[in-house]
Amino acid sequence: MELLLQQIASGLTSGAIYACVALGLVMIYVSTDHINFAQGEMAMFSTYIAWALIQAGVSYWVAFGATMVIAFAGGLLIQRFILKPLEHAPVLALVVCFIALLSIFNSMAGVIWSFTVKQFPSPFPKGDLTGAGLVSYHQIGVVGVTVVMLGLLTCFFRFTTLGLAMRAAAQNASSARLMGVRVSWMLALGWGMAAAIGAVAGMLVAPIVFLDPNMMTGILTYGFAAALVGGIGNPGGAVIGGFVVGVLENLVGTYIIGNELKLSFALVIIVGVLLLKPAGLFGRVNVKRV
Amino acid sequence: MNKTSNLLTRRKTLLAAAGMALAAPSIVTSARAENKYGPGVSDTEIKIGNTNPYSGNASAYGANGRAASAYFRMINEQGGINGRKINYISLDDGYSPPKTVELTRQLVERDGVLLLHAPLGTACNTAIHHYMNQKKVPQLFVATGASKWGDPAHNPWTMGWQPDYHTEGVIYAKHALANVKDPKIAILRQNDDMGVDYLEGFRQGLGSVAEKFIVETATYEVTDPTIDSQMLQLKNTGANVFYNITTPKFAAQAIKKAAEIGWKPAHYLVNVAASLGATLRPAGMENCQGIITAFYTKDPVDPRWASSPDFVTWKAWMEKYNAGGNIADGSNVTGYANAFTMAHVLRACGDNLTRENVMHEAASLKNVEIPMLLPGIKLNTSATNFYPIQAVNMARIEGDHWAMFGELISASQG
Amino acid sequence: MAASATSWATRRGIGWWALAFWIFMLVLPLMGSAFPSESFDYYMFMGQSMMVYAIAVLGLNLLTGFNGQISLGHGAFFALGAYTAAILMIDFGWPYWATIPVVAIVCFGAGFLFGFPALKLESHYLALATFTLAIAVPQLLKHKSIAGWTGGVSGLVLEKPDPPFGLPISPDQFLFYFCLLMAMILFWAAFNLLRGRSGRAMMAIRDHGMAAGTMGIDTSLYKTITFGISALYTGIAGALSAITVAYVAPDSFALPLSIAFLVGLVVGGIGSLPGCLIGGAFLVLVQNWSQSLSDVLKETFSLQYDVPSWAIYGVLLLLLMYVMPTGIAGGVLRLRGAIAGRLRRVETVRSKPLVLQSEGEKH
Repeated sequence: MELLLQQIASGLTSGAIYACVALGLVMIYVSTDHINFAQGEMAMFSTYIAWALIQAGVSYWVAFGATMVIAFAGGLLIQRFILKPLEHAPVLALVVCFIALLSIFNSMAGVIWSFTVKQFPSPFPKGDLTGAGLVSYHQIGVVGVTVVMLGLLTCFFRFTTLGLAMRAAAQNASSARLMGVRVSWMLALGWGMAAAIGAVAGMLVAPIVFLDPNMMTGILTYGFAAALVGGIGNPGGAVIGGFVVGVLENLVGTYIIGNELKLSFALVIIVGVLLLKPAGLFGRVNVKRV
Repeated sequence: MNKTSNLLTRRKTLLAAAGMALAAPSIVTSARAENKYGPGVSDTEIKIGNTNPYSGNASAYGANGRAASAYFRMINEQGGINGRKINYISLDDGYSPPKTVELTRQLVERDGVLLLHAPLGTACNTAIHHYMNQKKVPQLFVATGASKWGDPAHNPWTMGWQPDYHTEGVIYAKHALANVKDPKIAILRQNDDMGVDYLEGFRQGLGSVAEKFIVETATYEVTDPTIDSQMLQLKNTGANVFYNITTPKFAAQAIKKAAEIGWKPAHYLVNVAASLGATLRPAGMENCQGIITAFYTKDPVDPRWASSPDFVTWKAWMEKYNAGGNIADGSNVTGYANAFTMAHVLRACGDNLTRENVMHEAASLKNVEIPMLLPGIKLNTSATNFYPIQAVNMARIEGDHWAMFGELISASQG
Repeated sequence: MAASATSWATRRGIGWWALAFWIFMLVLPLMGSAFPSESFDYYMFMGQSMMVYAIAVLGLNLLTGFNGQISLGHGAFFALGAYTAAILMIDFGWPYWATIPVVAIVCFGAGFLFGFPALKLESHYLALATFTLAIAVPQLLKHKSIAGWTGGVSGLVLEKPDPPFGLPISPDQFLFYFCLLMAMILFWAAFNLLRGRSGRAMMAIRDHGMAAGTMGIDTSLYKTITFGISALYTGIAGALSAITVAYVAPDSFALPLSIAFLVGLVVGGIGSLPGCLIGGAFLVLVQNWSQSLSDVLKETFSLQYDVPSWAIYGVLLLLLMYVMPTGIAGGVLRLRGAIAGRLRRVETVRSKPLVLQSEGEKH
């Protein structure tokens, strides 16, 4: 019983990590209608920037804020200069571009900062809540930050004109343009925000998994699954999806099939869920007009 | 009809390939009467090939290949080996065996290298093992600790270098049996060849009590984000011995997590993850106290070596030739020492640089001392012994460094 | 002579260039016998790899390019084919060539069955489901319950076949011919499939599934069978890879392999048969190019650090996508059209989930 509780608690905290990454994916999906496979590597790269700032003597929170700003600018620039020329390219060509970005960020990080793992500081106090190592303050912090980000994002999309304009631009570009929305800037804004969210995810993940250029490759898989199981267009769904994936993975690994196949099995379950609910747990089915 | 014109592109490529094939330099077999040269050797150059994972999940190991390249750059600046410059061609196989095969064939058949030096990875070396022995091309000092590389009877063109994982596993098992009362052993293992080799050696060391004492084995994949769940499972068994078969990143996670959940077993950490700079310092030295490993190299950030002459030379080399490398990364030590061994063999070959003679010299090492190995460790090989480094020393973390204890343990395969 | 050959070819809808290409491929290995060289076998091996990848990309193209179903997990079928061949050769002592039909059946079955859940999933969700395959298969191969067959983490080492009947050619020349034979058969079959009624149905489903259904096409059946055929192609490519590389291991079939197929598909040209050949060659050559370019850059600017070849690979991909967003095949077509002064309608439709001009049926 104790093990069960521990596994659930541990699953929730890794779930928070997946949720963070999933939020970035959802952000780009909602604003540009694409799934960005380079999201993880962008987050990793941002985290290295934060690490470099901290090494240079900048205090944690200043580095945190600066990294978010830099990541936002970076995401914006990537959209404006790299992806904009491909606005009319086929979707799979864009996927290949994301793969290209992924290899560029990954290998550049390796050259600049080497592949040795690095310790990344946590802003939260050391120690843990229960005294038995069950839930550390950092883990609570990760969950908290994720929930706060989710709240902010939901408010942004629901209650601000800009958020509405971004959604409109993604869903129906030509109508939005007719309504006076500057579609192409909305897309860039979406990329910037997603990159900033990714940076936060990276900085929260790094203290747990250690910083290295391959830090996010495994996590992105989970984030991808989380975003889809929750409903890719729904930030709240993505966060819940993250927690579901985290807990499911731990329970499957501990009690059902062993650690060798836990990821595969968890993914199979998720695909099974998607077969029953093709738009994800919390996604809305789009009615197609013919 | 239009689509067929696209075929032109491919046809041209192949034409070019065929053209290159025809233009390939014929291989020099002998230049002067007294000098005997194999492929890739001339009066001014020795061509050596290598494959390393510079990309992908195993890219952290790429430091080995970079260090070897940097070492040969230094050799060349100092005038080369017996007047010949080393042309070290190191290619990225991304830890994918089919890619290793392709690149190895490129190196052997197109580039015409004399030999392959320290290709990295068990699976990658397995993929070319048969080919190299069939072609009779030396596959020297492979950068993997599997025990199958020292088999001169069947594979006379392949030789290992580092102490093998299997024997290391035996040593930990013996130590645990002798020092822990009523051992209950929990094992965390990477799900690959390295993990299997380390585990089997350990089981063999335990002997008949293996089943009784090993209470739980958990595995992880290199793509797993965390191993928290596995650590909870292992702790929950109430084990008092933890055998940690991991690579640096996961070793650091395991050490940190064990401390967080208040699990304090006797902790055996395999040598591949025992780097202070790559594993233990990131995990926090306060969490590492008492961890045991077996060592054969000097850890570059261990303060006790700071004034030893070979360390001073190594550090100067790092700063001048391998400035992009991380000074705390143990791979820069193994890559350097391995390349030193290669240079030693080539020097011993003199002007007889045939593939046969290289293998002969590689199998004739007698008490050779290599910089950055622990004091007392000497390299020995013979026609029947293809395990150059056979000794390790056990060490325990005390404060900020590895404190050696006991004597050198011979890891002879017998 | 030439005229009659051309008319023979056109009657069957094959272009003159295609005929020339395959004849060239048939003659190519003979050059090695005419002008022996140590490195010729290496180029033969590269040729084998290109054909293996071309067949695998063709498999993916049938599914994605011609039927509109996306897959990020074709490495799984490649692995299935490779291991089926390896196990038949090692545990049952079968000759290499006899494994191919079994591989075809096994992979078709696997693909066909996977096609059913795929029916219910669209675009991103199908991507995730296939992604799951790509992740699960290497892990399954390592699993202890079947390690006795698959060799577990260490994989299986195979014997490379020698040329039969005492043919005076090297094993690599022979394997080149073997791969070429398979490639010719498979491309020929794909060509005929796409030209006929079934091909039109496949593409109709891609372009507008609902309309295709209303026209009386059994969309579910076509989609699952296409999935099966696609897996069959990629599985045979996997078997050929196992035979030519003479080694299979779980590390050979990790996620990057599936991604590589996708890159080969897009770079070559989605929905184009010659594009598959281009994609196959690209996958083999691009890494060498990036490596050479990296060396050149380092020397030219006497850089302190290596420019990582994967960063160069990334930049190359980006540039390719700028210049030819519909792949090299599409790009060449467009160029030809432009030169001929009659711009063809190759622009892409924005609202479509995938690309796609249907090359085969365009007039």
